[in-house]
Amino acid sequence: MELTFNQIMFIIISGVIILFSVLTVTSKRILRAATFLLFVLVATAGLYFMLNYQFLAAVQLTLYAGGIVVLIIFSILLTSHISQKFEEVSISKKIFAALAVILGMVLCIITILQYEYSATTIAAEELNMKIIGRSLLGYGREGYALPFEVISVLLLAAMVGAIVVAKKVKK
Amino acid sequence: MEYNFTYTIWIALVPLLMFIFIGLTGHKYKPAISGILGTTGLFVSTVLSYITAYQYFFVVGKVNGAYEKIPAFNVTWLNLTENLHIDLGVLLDPISVMMLIVITTVSFMVHVYSNGYMKGEKGFHRFFAKLSLFSFSMLGLVVATNIFQMYIFWELVGVSSYLLISFYYERPTAVSAGKKAFIVTRFADLGFLIGILILSFNTKTFDFIQLTDPNGAAIAQGSGVAFMGLSVMTWSLIFVFMGGAGKSAMFPLHIWLPDAMEGPTPVSALIHAATMVVAGVYLVARLFPIYSISAPEGLLVVAYVGAFSSLFAAIIACTQFDIKRVLAYSTMSQIGYMMVGLGVSGYGGHEGLGYMASIFHLFTHAMFKALLFLGAGAIIHAVHTNVMNEMGGLRKHLPITHITFLIACLTIAGIPGLSAFFSKDEILTAAYHHNPVIFWTQLFVAGLTAFYMFRLYFRVFWNKEPHYHHTPHESPLVMTIPLMFLAAASIFAGYIPFSEFISSDLKPFETEIEWMPVASLSILAGIIGIVIAFILYKKESSLPDKISASFKFFYRWAFNKFYFDELYLFVTKKIIFRFISVPIAWFDRHIVDGTMNLFAWITNAVSFEIRGFQSGQLQQYGYAFISGVILLILVFVYIFTF
Amino acid sequence: MLNTGIPLQFFIILATIMFFIGVYGFLTRRNLITILMSVELILNSVNINFVAFNRYLYPDNLQGHFFTLFVIAVAAAESAVAIAIIINIYRRFTTINVEDVDEMKY
Repeated sequence: MELTFNQIMFIIISGVIILFSVLTVTSKRILRAATFLLFVLVATAGLYFMLNYQFLAAVQLTLYAGGIVVLIIFSILLTSHISQKFEEVSISKKIFAALAVILGMVLCIITILQYEYSATTIAAEELNMKIIGRSLLGYGREGYALPFEVISVLLLAAMVGAIVVAKKVKK
Repeated sequence: MEYNFTYTIWIALVPLLMFIFIGLTGHKYKPAISGILGTTGLFVSTVLSYITAYQYFFVVGKVNGAYEKIPAFNVTWLNLTENLHIDLGVLLDPISVMMLIVITTVSFMVHVYSNGYMKGEKGFHRFFAKLSLFSFSMLGLVVATNIFQMYIFWELVGVSSYLLISFYYERPTAVSAGKKAFIVTRFADLGFLIGILILSFNTKTFDFIQLTDPNGAAIAQGSGVAFMGLSVMTWSLIFVFMGGAGKSAMFPLHIWLPDAMEGPTPVSALIHAATMVVAGVYLVARLFPIYSISAPEGLLVVAYVGAFSSLFAAIIACTQFDIKRVLAYSTMSQIGYMMVGLGVSGYGGHEGLGYMASIFHLFTHAMFKALLFLGAGAIIHAVHTNVMNEMGGLRKHLPITHITFLIACLTIAGIPGLSAFFSKDEILTAAYHHNPVIFWTQLFVAGLTAFYMFRLYFRVFWNKEPHYHHTPHESPLVMTIPLMFLAAASIFAGYIPFSEFISSDLKPFETEIEWMPVASLSILAGIIGIVIAFILYKKESSLPDKISASFKFFYRWAFNKFYFDELYLFVTKKIIFRFISVPIAWFDRHIVDGTMNLFAWITNAVSFEIRGFQSGQLQQYGYAFISGVILLILVFVYIFTF
Repeated sequence: MLNTGIPLQFFIILATIMFFIGVYGFLTRRNLITILMSVELILNSVNINFVAFNRYLYPDNLQGHFFTLFVIAVAAAESAVAIAIIINIYRRFTTINVEDVDEMKY
């Protein structure tokens, strides 16, 4: 069977995602784990590109890969040594976790494969920035002004909260 | 003529406001001010009561030859059913107006007197606050428009009486006396409540106007249904009378009254002589048309209980040495008289003589008995003791008290020309025509009354003068003025033509004194009593002791109040407590509490065992959560596929 | 169906695998920061689901797209607060080992 370009890309991207996800959760060095997480996030952005959501991919890259990972790395630098290695986690804990996870994964995959997704006939249209902007600030049926504002307030609250929590208590 | 009586609510409300004001702020200023405030409040009520009485009897007057029952004020408080509702209001009719006069007058006198008597006592403002509360409750009771309002104020009166009896709360005897009064009257009120429930269940109303309308539907109700030989109506009224008997210290619920003398003397004068204890009489008088028309057997019970109580109390009074206790038993005896008056009365016209006489006696008794108590208070104030053996020869030291006390004693003995002669005589006349047995009993009681009152009088004011620690001195003017006023009232109250105002069917009628044989016999009895007392107690002699020694057994029996306190103690402690309360307490402590303790113990033990789950390990919680979710997926998606 | 030549199921299976790898990390890691990273993985896998469903099944609506957007914003807020908490914990216990932070037990 001939593989199309898209299929090849998907295989590569999903391979990267799975590989680096596993490395993220198993790596002994914390800074490396952060780096692997960065790769996963970038690969996810690739998926979004594949699905033709350029804006989302850009947000993924800037916010996730750019913002959150940098934040995590900063906090690593604040709390650990760069070359610090973790002590070994007990085997039984690993086995039990792996068992539960594999069981869950198998269950979910079986469920997914059993289900027939009804195909849509609507042709995908080009999603340009104009539509996104109008939707994001619209208040009609297709508008998202309310969640947008709520998210704004949430971010503000999180900012204030983070400062308050992390602030040194005056003695 | 229509007349607006709405202002009458202030008669009761002013003392209430005074109670709240003095009670809340009394500790902030000098005690004397709270006394003046309380007295002023009562003065306002008194003036309003006199205005009410004047307008009720003389301005509005009779309509078609009868006084009307005027609901001056009424608000519906609780709607129980469509027809049955509990109101609060003011009902004016001859007896309630008369009671307003009695209560406010006596209460005002007692307030004035207390300013002197209680001077320097701890809790002076508390005393006045409670007096105001009592006045409010009592006034609310007499103007009640319906039997339920009466019950509410009845209980309030009981509470304020309890508070005032145990006013000296540091004295254990006062506290236990207060408790005794409260519990005994509460027990009686249980009967009252049952009576109200039966009555209102049968008549479908609480309202006095509807209840006591002689042609109304209420009276006809329930008299047909019989239970144990008596109609349901009779049973309910006997239960109601049980409440009245409790408050009025009728046998066998009298045991609290002598002990209640532990309270301050003005309180005894106000509550236990003039107002609260006659509430039972008032209650029967209030429901008199029902008693008379649909429950004559109930009325018979009233008569016999009253007659027996009055004889019983008079005998005990002859043996007591505490002057306040003598007066307490005398009060019980006189209230017995009033009950007899009601009990032997018929309904309407001259038949209702006993009813009128009873209320008349209530009026005069309030005056002279308050006078006696206040006089006793003055004596106690002067010599600092209650026991008459430690007194004697006081006439030189307390001239005003002596004269007023003598007037009161002559009045209660039924000497012609003084008020109680008229009222007592009319009761005896009514009894003479209806029930000869009761008549002769009451005649004997009249003689006994004269005897024990003059025993008290001679023992205190004549006899040998003991050695006093300091010379007794006359009380201040603020105490003697009420005495003089009440003495005047005792003398002249008898000349009020009572039958013009009060009668069982609201229509005035004519009365005249039946000199033969009733009045002459009662005068004779009174004089014999006085003469015996004169012989025995005028000078110190050993005669009384000899007499008591010769009747030793009976004397000791009477001296110990016929052992009724002991009997009740035996019944409650030995029987009720031991055979009912103790097993219940055991059951409660071991079975009920034990079950609860077992639950608590099981919970405690189990949680101690399983607390390891609460390890604080975040990942354990996460693991439990995730495996739980997976399990749920397994169960609901793959095993139970509905 | 979108003409990418890849069935929808593949995306979802990929997201599932990623999700459970995140869960595995959450259960086994001991450092609080790596636990946080596992949570980011989980969030990310959910995002992929949203986007894929949106694109394949309802391309005319944009709910999935915007939901992903908001999830990313919430994730940012979450990680900011989480890191503040981690720093505070580090200051107080001088460790960020999750097993040592067990004050809230019985």
